[in-house]
Amino acid sequence: MEYMGIEPGRLHFSWISSAESTKFVDVVNKVTAAVKALGPNNNYLKTMAKVA
Amino acid sequence: MSAYIDKIKEISNRLLKESKVDMVIGFRKGTVPMMNEPCFAKTPQDVDNFVWDSNCGINLANYLTNREEKIGIIAKGCDSRNIVTHIIENKIKRDRLVIIGVPCKAMIDRHKIETMFETEIQDVIEADDKIIVKGDGFEKTLNKSDVLQENCAICIHRNPVKHDEVVGDPVEEQKDVDRYEDVRKIEAMPPEEKWRYFDDLISACIRCYACRNACPLCYCHTCFVDESRPQWVGKSQDPIDTRTFHFLRAYHCSGRCTDCGACERACPMGIKVRRFTKKLEKDCLDLFGWEAGMTLEERPPLDTYRSDDPDEFIK
Ligand code: SF4
Ligand code: SF4
Repeated sequence: MEYMGIEPGRLHFSWISSAESTKFVDVVNKVTAAVKALGPNNNYLKTMAKVA
Repeated sequence: MSAYIDKIKEISNRLLKESKVDMVIGFRKGTVPMMNEPCFAKTPQDVDNFVWDSNCGINLANYLTNREEKIGIIAKGCDSRNIVTHIIENKIKRDRLVIIGVPCKAMIDRHKIETMFETEIQDVIEADDKIIVKGDGFEKTLNKSDVLQENCAICIHRNPVKHDEVVGDPVEEQKDVDRYEDVRKIEAMPPEEKWRYFDDLISACIRCYACRNACPLCYCHTCFVDESRPQWVGKSQDPIDTRTFHFLRAYHCSGRCTDCGACERACPMGIKVRRFTKKLEKDCLDLFGWEAGMTLEERPPLDTYRSDDPDEFIK
C-alpha cells in the first residue's frame, strides 16, 4: 500500500487476543493518534460526479 | 525459428497420432501483425497452422484452467512456470498434460513498435535478430534487442522449468540482470509522488479488463470487479475505482505472478500494469526467497506458515 502512495502510518496491523483488552485500548489510541496526525485522507475521495 | 516450427509440428502430430493427447494448444498467425493467437489443434490440418516467432507473448497456461481432456501445450519459460502454478493450485492435473517446452528467445513489444510509426503497420517480418517493419510507403529494419518486451529483456528463466518434450537446445540464461530497477525507483519516491505516479500510470485505463483476462492467474468464476452483491469496488472510471481495481488485481497475483507480461501485452492502452505486480514479485523474493512456478514440491509462501515469516509490520 505504501508503494502506491499511502502515507506510512495510515495503515496499521495488529494481533490482539480477545483477552488482551488493555492492549486493544492502547493500540486503538495509538492508531487514532497516528492517523489524526496525518490529517484527512483526501486521496480516497471520489472526484467524478455521481450520476444517478 | 523455422527449426522450432518444424519440431513443434512434428511433436504435435506424433502426440495426436499416438492419441497421447486430445489436442495441442499452440499459436497460429493472427489477423494483424505482431498478434499471434492461440490455436487448439485436434487434427494434422490444425497443426499445419502452428507458428513460432517473437509474437507468441500470450500465456497459453491461461487456456488450461479446469480442462479435463488430455492436452499438449506449447510452453515458453514463463508459461511453464504458470503451468506449474496451475498444477499447484489444482486447476489442471499434471498427468493430463504433455508440456512441449520452447527455449525462449524473447518476445517483441508490439506497443513499443507501434508507437515508433505514425501510420498503420501492415507487416512485420523476422530475420535472425532483425525485425523488418512494413507499412504504406515505409519499411524499416529494427534490432530485435531494442524492441523486446520489457519483461523479456529482464527475464532470467527463458528455458521451461518443466517439460515432457522440448523443441530445441536450451538457450543461455541471462545473468546479472537488474530485475527491479523500476520498482526501486518508485520505492524511493515520497508518498505524494508515488500517488501521482500511479495516477498518471493508470490515467488512460478504460477498465476493459483485458489485462485480467489475459492472465492465467485470474481464473475465478466471478472476479471481484464483476461482483455486485456485495460490490467490492466501484465500477466507474473514477481514478480511485480504477486504482482499487489495479492494486487488488495485483494483490491477487502475489506469490503467483511469473512476470510473463501477458497482461501488459494485452492492454489496448499500453498501460504498464506490471509496475504493480512486480513490486509484489520483488517482495516475495526479498521476504520469502520465492519465485513463482519453479517447483511442484514446495507450497507458495502465501499458503504456508513458517515461524520465521517476517512480521515486523504487525504491532
Ligand atoms: S499478472 Fe501479468 S505478468 Fe503476472 S502472471 Fe498475470 S499476466 Fe503474467
Ligand atoms: S487492459 Fe489496460 S485499459 Fe484494460 S483494464 Fe487493464 S490496464 Fe485498464
